[in-house]
Amino acid sequence: MAILVVDDSRLYRNIIKNVLAERNMADEGILDAGDGSEALSILLEREDISLLLVDWNMPKMNGLDLVKKIREMDRYKTMPIVMITSEAARYNVMEALKAGVSDYVVKPITGRILGNKIDAFLQR
Amino acid sequence: MDVRYINPFIVASINAFTNFLQTEIKAQKPFLYDAGNSDLHYDVSGIIGLAGEVKGSVVVSFPKLAALKIVTRMTGVETKVFDDDVTDAVGELVNIVAGNAKKGLQQFRIEISLPSVVKGPQHRIAWMAGVPVITVPLSCEFGMVYLFVSIKEVGA
Repeated sequence: MAILVVDDSRLYRNIIKNVLAERNMADEGILDAGDGSEALSILLEREDISLLLVDWNMPKMNGLDLVKKIREMDRYKTMPIVMITSEAARYNVMEALKAGVSDYVVKPITGRILGNKIDAFLQR
Repeated sequence: MDVRYINPFIVASINAFTNFLQTEIKAQKPFLYDAGNSDLHYDVSGIIGLAGEVKGSVVVSFPKLAALKIVTRMTGVETKVFDDDVTDAVGELVNIVAGNAKKGLQQFRIEISLPSVVKGPQHRIAWMAGVPVITVPLSCEFGMVYLFVSIKEVGA
């Protein structure tokens, strides 16, 4: 099982990866990408990704477009996707849910809250 | 500019510093930006463009020492030089301020750009012509930080 963290901020990727490491996720099970395009390549290549944590605003391909693309793929139709973004407007939340995200978290987020969200998906 | 458009950015800045950096920040009285004002000292700025039903930009500017202290707080590693971590942290902070502020401006559909970061003592920002810029000094344990908001309704 692997989790993919997608954020153009290395700082935020590390924050999220630290939360995952605290959950005893093995290093090799935590993958990361700096934009949607890089994430898509990983998702096409690997078959063991079971949770996607994705930012919205990123270069090359943003998180929303990534979610729309992978929801069209049979193997990722039901994979949990958590969008972690600074975009706090209600219309953004609605747009992301419509695109297929499972949960929506507004930055800044504490490790505790993010950890609880991740735990909920990992236990399913 | 309608001053009600400024408050969401102040609230978002306070939220970002409180929840992201775990530090208290106090907003001082806002004033109209004047390019000739030499009292404002900053070395690095994070810039986000606003588009959609408004136009303008949001900028958060830091003196070098404040930026280094903030990155040290974020990463837990003492940072002494302007490196990629500083660029990343400043960009992420302004991104959070702009994105969170949209919650208080939901009467408009607003698109925010990716952040860009400019470095250099007293660097100049290219503000959008015809859109006033409001300066909000923010004081915190790291020093004085400046929030600049330039926003105008499209068609107004």
